[in-house]
Amino acid sequence: MSNVPSDLKYTKSHEWVRDEGDGIVTVGITDHAQELLGDLVFVELPEVGASLDAGGDCAVVESVKAASDVYAPVGGEVLEINEELVDAPETINSDAYGDGWMFKLKLSDAGELGALLGAEAYAEHAENDDH
Amino acid sequence: MLIHEQSQAGRRATAQAPKVKADLAGIPAHLRRDDVPGLPEVSEMQAVRHYTRLSQKNFSIDTEFYPLGSCTMKYNPRACNSLALLPGLVDRHPHAPDTHSQGFLACMYELQEMLKEVTGMKAVSLQPAAGAQGEFAGMAMIRAYHDSRNDDARTEVLVPDAAHGTNPATAVMCGYKVKEIPTRKDGDVDLEALKAAVGPQTAGIMLTNPSTLGVFERRIKEIARIVHEAGGLLYYDGANLNAILGKVRPGDMGFDVIHMNLHKTFSTPHGGGGPGAGPVGVSERLIPYLPVPMAGFDGSRYHWITEDDHPETIGRLTAFAGNAGVLIRAYVYARMLGREGMVRVSEYSTLNANYLMKKLEEAGFQLAFPGRRATHEFIVTLKKEAKEMGCNAMDFAKRLLDYGMHAPTTYFPLLVPECFLIEPTETEAPDALDGFVAAMRSIREEAQTNPELVKGAPHSLPVRRLDDVRAARELDLRWQASS
Repeated sequence: MSNVPSDLKYTKSHEWVRDEGDGIVTVGITDHAQELLGDLVFVELPEVGASLDAGGDCAVVESVKAASDVYAPVGGEVLEINEELVDAPETINSDAYGDGWMFKLKLSDAGELGALLGAEAYAEHAENDDH
Repeated sequence: MLIHEQSQAGRRATAQAPKVKADLAGIPAHLRRDDVPGLPEVSEMQAVRHYTRLSQKNFSIDTEFYPLGSCTMKYNPRACNSLALLPGLVDRHPHAPDTHSQGFLACMYELQEMLKEVTGMKAVSLQPAAGAQGEFAGMAMIRAYHDSRNDDARTEVLVPDAAHGTNPATAVMCGYKVKEIPTRKDGDVDLEALKAAVGPQTAGIMLTNPSTLGVFERRIKEIARIVHEAGGLLYYDGANLNAILGKVRPGDMGFDVIHMNLHKTFSTPHGGGGPGAGPVGVSERLIPYLPVPMAGFDGSRYHWITEDDHPETIGRLTAFAGNAGVLIRAYVYARMLGREGMVRVSEYSTLNANYLMKKLEEAGFQLAFPGRRATHEFIVTLKKEAKEMGCNAMDFAKRLLDYGMHAPTTYFPLLVPECFLIEPTETEAPDALDGFVAAMRSIREEAQTNPELVKGAPHSLPVRRLDDVRAARELDLRWQASS
């Protein structure tokens, strides 16, 4: 089973969210997601300053197998993006929850965090997510 | 080695050289090149050896079993090729007047009529030069229809999540927003999600039926009703037409527009990027928008139908008659099959797929949709093998090449992890199918006893395992002379 850190929140579409406090969160894709995708070759990130709606597509990850949209787990304004990924998308493969982070958001509604999955619920979802 | 790398100054092959010195007097100086074109300089024998060697390195349907799902790699009968090479067809100038093109026009007209009949549509245009262009033409017609009614609130196209990637791409190219419709566990479209998604903003839905999951969409009539009642149109992606040819017709299911991949279902050569042919068929209300030219018949003479006769057309997609040579091959194929033969295509392609599916299931491979009957293709998931043996679908695929078989489609559709989409087609005999099962068993044994053998495959081909990541990130497609 892939790695699902207990201190993070998750979405069914395989993004993770780390609450950094002060209404700021960091977002990436899960270890399970990178495992399914295989070796990543391109990453397209949102623009700093862009305003995202929860559930909207905001980034793209492309692997040797497939291109896949990344959805904003919560709504907010993009504060910072991980530009290192553009030249080294494989960082997501090697360190999905660390150096492989994708962007930081300033939350527009902190209440949306409550709707995300906990580690246990996500692990179960990932295990059963055949389709 | 590229042929350019074999080049040596002064080498010549004169067999193909023009016999008459060209008279350049009529060509203005600014249109003439002033340097020699950078062609390789090799002898005739070098050129023959080079291209013969290259052809021997190919995996092709002429040499190997090719169960590449969703691609319908069936045998291309040689008769289609020889008849398409008749001098009257090959030498016809595209600007030849109708009076000098009666034979060619008759073939095109009859092909239109046969495709109309077998799909249940009301009219067909042969213009699009490939499936993707056919999709574009189809969506452009849907757009033209809504525009003609000033129904400009329709901004969304629905696409099931199992669709070919070309579907959402086409919708976007035609200026629409894409809304994804989820698939249920059993492989059918989620009707509740569909009902919730349709509305006055719905321009249409793009469906492949049977779907890319290798199952027939059982509630297609219900889907057609829901979308039509919302004022949207139904687009049929003809990718999997081989499974239903002569059995059921998209027109009868309620579809408004369909594209057909002649290079799949009608056995014209494909792969390597073309040339393909993607004719479009339409329901009554879309006839005015069909791309031109089309072949017409007034009861005694054949003629081209152009913009003058068809003023609301979406226009031309190719300069002349589409990929005429491909269309002729499809015409010959359809004529050889006849009405009875068309049915046998779908019967044997589904029989072969179901036979192979059953045998693989008996051999212990896991089906993605157990309990569903296969269409002309089906999905095996190698999730268990990947987990337990560390050899994934890609490793199995590469190892199959060592066994002298082309791999099935891998990692598509994206909904099924570690998947093989397997389409044996109707032109394979049972022993070829049994051979595939034996190879799969054998590879699984290797994966258990000697996984490195499978992970390092292929071992017997001119090139070993390619670096997919580098190939995607550092495109290198063009030869440049070293100066």
